[in-house]
Amino acid sequence: MNTSDKKKTKELAQNLISEITRLSKIAMKENGGRPLRFMEVCGTHTVAIFRGGIRQLLPDSVELVSGPGCPVCVTHDDYMDKAIAYAQRDDVIVTTFGDMLKVPGSKSSLSNEKTKGADIRIVYSPLDSIEIAKENPDKKVIFLAVGFETTAPTAAATVLAAKQQNVNNLFMLSAHKLVPPVLNLLLSDEKTKVDGFILPGHVCVVTGTEEFDFLADKFHLPGVVTGFEPLEILRSLYRLCYQVANKEAKIENEYGSVVKPEGNPQAKAIMSRVYRKSDTSWRGMGEIPLSGLKMQDEFKEYDIENVLPLSLENAKIKKTACRCGEVLQGLIKPMECPLFGKACIPEHAIGPCMVSVEGTCAAWYKYGGGKFVFGK
Amino acid sequence: MEYITMAHGAGGKSSHELMEKVILPELSNPLLDKLHDGAIFAVNKGKMAFTTDSYVVRPRFFPGGNIGKLAVCGTVNDLAMSGAVPKYLSLGAVIEEGFPISELKEILHSIRMAADEAGIAIVTGDTKVVDKGAADGIFINTAGVGEVIEGTDISPLNIKPGMKVIVSGYIGDHAATVLGARHGLSLPDTIKSDCAPLCHLTKAMLDVCPEIAVLRDPTRGGVAATLNELAEQSGTGIILDEEAIPVRDEVAGVCDILGFDPLYLANEGKLLAIVPSDKAEEIVEVMHTIKYGENACIIGRVTSEGAGQVGMETAIGGIRLVDMPMGNLVPRIC
Repeated sequence: MNTSDKKKTKELAQNLISEITRLSKIAMKENGGRPLRFMEVCGTHTVAIFRGGIRQLLPDSVELVSGPGCPVCVTHDDYMDKAIAYAQRDDVIVTTFGDMLKVPGSKSSLSNEKTKGADIRIVYSPLDSIEIAKENPDKKVIFLAVGFETTAPTAAATVLAAKQQNVNNLFMLSAHKLVPPVLNLLLSDEKTKVDGFILPGHVCVVTGTEEFDFLADKFHLPGVVTGFEPLEILRSLYRLCYQVANKEAKIENEYGSVVKPEGNPQAKAIMSRVYRKSDTSWRGMGEIPLSGLKMQDEFKEYDIENVLPLSLENAKIKKTACRCGEVLQGLIKPMECPLFGKACIPEHAIGPCMVSVEGTCAAWYKYGGGKFVFGK
Repeated sequence: MEYITMAHGAGGKSSHELMEKVILPELSNPLLDKLHDGAIFAVNKGKMAFTTDSYVVRPRFFPGGNIGKLAVCGTVNDLAMSGAVPKYLSLGAVIEEGFPISELKEILHSIRMAADEAGIAIVTGDTKVVDKGAADGIFINTAGVGEVIEGTDISPLNIKPGMKVIVSGYIGDHAATVLGARHGLSLPDTIKSDCAPLCHLTKAMLDVCPEIAVLRDPTRGGVAATLNELAEQSGTGIILDEEAIPVRDEVAGVCDILGFDPLYLANEGKLLAIVPSDKAEEIVEVMHTIKYGENACIIGRVTSEGAGQVGMETAIGGIRLVDMPMGNLVPRIC
């Protein structure tokens, strides 16, 4: 970036900050002096907000809280226990995204099992699992299919490709989750105090903006879809403040270059061909109706839980003081958990929010955990 | 002789043959050729610097270097960062039984080339052979001595608020290359390890400004780890300018794919300097005229605020923490 571009970026940021300050102060007066509280739903936004140093620039009248948008963080203990049980079998190769390795199950983690000799391989795309399956015809290759609307279409495409190529030893352990239902549940809880949402850009590429209209229609809250550059995030905050100050509640799209109101019809079609909506459990929040994806009957021979059912005794979940559930719902900041930065650190995570780099606790910890003296 | 055998390490005829036919033809110099138990050399008055390091990189050969070049440059650079002119090096190798002699020759040749470039001589050495499976090919240790340049005093305690932070060029090249090679990513030819001896660069810098507070080569843990250590040791804060830090697009690309941050990647031919503010521009200008310093620039400043912490000024004018790297990010990279 040359000097004049640098100056321009800083100027634009300054202008947005002064508008955010002005509008949020107006809105704050009207709601009895409480700072405006916006939730960034997506873990990538959480990290981008820290990386951009955005919190340090915001006035006291605006507060940012993180939502339930880190796929690893919301993955339930039961799921990890199943993945571990499959990984322990000699006839199984587990393929997974790297950040699932350290997520604690009720007794072990995939990382522990890998050390003990389980064949667990990190892939960068679920499609890599097809090659692994072809190279190992005598093994069952199981992909840990987790993630939101962003990863579900590629997992679905992998199933379709496996079927087309007659690969019969590739399976999914599927626990995909959907963003709109969890936001709906959050807002139905009167403890939740949020004045608007920074909506997840990548998820909206697939879902479109229409699936988030209920935020405005049902809860009268604004939402802005945006990208991940610091200026884009500031602009979304400006739009949120503008709407609140003017008592508007609309879903705006500031990421129009890639997000369409109807989303990506092709990706949605692949998803609904392979999956149907079902109830599913979220870590720290319990079962949420129609918030997950199950494989359609047509593809049940690719569903490992159908092909090779497990009879796991109901694992006793260790009771700890971990407050990940409340962190995921934006009810508390990570530092309010008694374990944060003490017993629970990234090298030794107790809760899943400390595992993934996009986990709320891990991001707060990495960027100073409230003890960063240069800024707030 | 095609492969290293246990006999090569037994001290008898085979050991002698390895020395005469493989090692001496590459490393020969008057001090080494005597094959004494130790090298004897004269010293000038003044201070000496002494350092050692071991090298276990995997893969052993990577674009831009190999374990041999790394073993020379790493130790040479540790001496250079102490404000010394490197003079003599020792070389110890632990070799796994069955190691191809042709590969050993190639490594020795790289060692010689790097030593010549740095202007040092390898004056003593040792070879041990271990059973197959007891080592991963070859492990190398080097130790070096150098003469400290008169009038210099390199110490984190000399870091004072107001000083400037200089980096000698693009960061992360070495680790991105090694990681790329390890993960089978096909990288463009433009990105290779930066492995290089920096003693001529540091000499030129210290000639212009003997008051340089600190020189450091940001190897394992990268720029982030090095600056965090310095901030902690000196009890000052350091603020970096995000836009000023030189990172190649290809390295940024590898980082995106593998989920790393260039600030945390190891370098093997880069240095960080903390220098008096009024001399910073002049030092950078001189660096631009010396090999391996062509892309040097100022990337930050020392503050009294934020003692022990490193911050980064972002493009939009915010500040974020640059923390100490955690755990074993990238094992065995140097």
